[in-house]
Amino acid sequence: MFPTPIANTSLPTRLLYKVGLPVALLVWLLPIIAVAFTSVRGLGDLSSGNYWGLPTDWRIIENYSAVFNNTPLATYILNSFLVTIPTVIGALTLACMAGFALGVYRFKFNLLVFFIFVGGNFIPFQILMVPVRDLSLRLGLYDTITGLVLFHIAFQTGFCTFFMRNFIRELPRELIEAARVEGASEIQIFFKVVLPLVRPAVAALSVLIFTFIWNDYFWATVLIQGSHAMPVTGGLKSLNGIWVAQWHLVSAGSIVAAMPPVLIFFLMQKHFIAGLTFGATKG
Amino acid sequence: MTSSSATSPDSLAKPGWWSRHQMALVPWLFLTPAMLMFMVYVIAPIFESIAISFYDWDGLGTPKFIGLGNYIELMGDPDFMVSLKNNVIWFFGFLLSIPMGLGLALLLNQQVFGIRLAKSLFFFPFVISQVVIGLVFSWFYDPTNGLLLHVMAALGMDPVAILSDDRLVTYGIVVAGLYPQTAYCMILYLTGLNNLRPDLIEAARLEGAKGWTMLFKIVLPQLRPATFIAVVVTIIGSLRSFDMISIMTQGGPYGQSRVLAYYMYEKALSEYGYRMGYGTAIATVLFLLMLVYIIFVLYRVYKQEQETD
Repeated sequence: MFPTPIANTSLPTRLLYKVGLPVALLVWLLPIIAVAFTSVRGLGDLSSGNYWGLPTDWRIIENYSAVFNNTPLATYILNSFLVTIPTVIGALTLACMAGFALGVYRFKFNLLVFFIFVGGNFIPFQILMVPVRDLSLRLGLYDTITGLVLFHIAFQTGFCTFFMRNFIRELPRELIEAARVEGASEIQIFFKVVLPLVRPAVAALSVLIFTFIWNDYFWATVLIQGSHAMPVTGGLKSLNGIWVAQWHLVSAGSIVAAMPPVLIFFLMQKHFIAGLTFGATKG
Repeated sequence: MTSSSATSPDSLAKPGWWSRHQMALVPWLFLTPAMLMFMVYVIAPIFESIAISFYDWDGLGTPKFIGLGNYIELMGDPDFMVSLKNNVIWFFGFLLSIPMGLGLALLLNQQVFGIRLAKSLFFFPFVISQVVIGLVFSWFYDPTNGLLLHVMAALGMDPVAILSDDRLVTYGIVVAGLYPQTAYCMILYLTGLNNLRPDLIEAARLEGAKGWTMLFKIVLPQLRPATFIAVVVTIIGSLRSFDMISIMTQGGPYGQSRVLAYYMYEKALSEYGYRMGYGTAIATVLFLLMLVYIIFVLYRVYKQEQETD
């Protein structure tokens, strides 16, 4: 183990670590703690300049209900779900299929197709912006949730296929061979042999893609105009323009917007990190 | 199971067309939906963008072919040069997240009470949208009542309005960007540290290696895969930077915090104009810069493939 386990170090070091760790954590999270506190501050605190101390009066219900009642925040949140959930399902469906094809079969162009998916992941979004916006306009999908979902599915399919293909390739080949000997068709192999085995990968990718799409801001800005379809990231930006220096409302809105991915992260932490660090430990 | 069922008389002698060809056809059948989507929304637009960059086009009227006109204009465009310079600042600034992430990972790679919770809390910034992080940091930098103001006053320094100072603004945004990026690198290194070979560490300890020697000679070489991923995602993240700039300054003051990704958007799709051709020319430059890393990544994946085969 590296560094040396703290239990094996001298007493002063151990004490320093025990005290230092919470302090470091507090400093690290200061931005987020400050936002959480400010989201429950009353106007009195803000006008008297108490931005950084403890709130003097707690306005939890007032601030949060103000954010929901006076702004389309609830619509933004709903839109984010309407964009994120179909994207996760769509991208994973396509990626399981493509990953199966690339991971199980040897055929000409296999590696080339794989490389297109891998390379496509790393391109700057801006090179896609004008044509994708133009395509959406022509298809009548500009400023609609469907248009945004279709693009997200396509782009995330690249990353998910990369991941699924590598995962499927690591599966023991004997399982597939055995199924073939038993007379299973290739399509049955996909549904009965491979799909049940890729569940951990699907879980890891689902939480990861959920977070990525929920937090997307660029495409929401490019493909959506009105609040009827705007996800919460873009919505927060436009609200920020209205709430000039009303930091308690900005904070409450930010907390609400950050909640779903944070909850998912805490519930599915193991999967989330498995997805994120995939490939970081070998090779 | 397939079309060759035992009941049809000639199936035993001659399997159906489908079952004879399914090994060759199935992969393409399964690939088609993903390939179609990826071609339409990702691959084709790259080429379209490059094509549009040779035109003068407002997005509505008839595009007019001007050859390298947009690129020639870029060469003499001071705003483009500022964006390019800021991309360089982002690039080097962002790379700091790698040693910082490694430092945090080393700090947290312990087995004490509550360390799991500490690790996830340290990772928190990465899970939150950059929009939220951007808002928080703008508030930190707020010249009337931001935390930075209070800290500087406490240290007896003159207060600085970071986001409206044309020399400091990009650095201020990079610091905000480093916050989630460091968390990401930390997680990559924590996973790497988890998979160190204990025998090598013990052997090195017996030889008397410790501290920095141990870190540089024994540990870092084993962390190379993690470092590789950290470098790739950090470089790409730095070239993609858009969210923070859009939230915190919208490129200001006077365009001094623009980067290529933001400048492109501003030229092609904002109240400043709908110059699609010029915008795609900027995007093409950005793409070519990124292509260096894409090829670098693909080359490594290719080498790995050859080793495993």
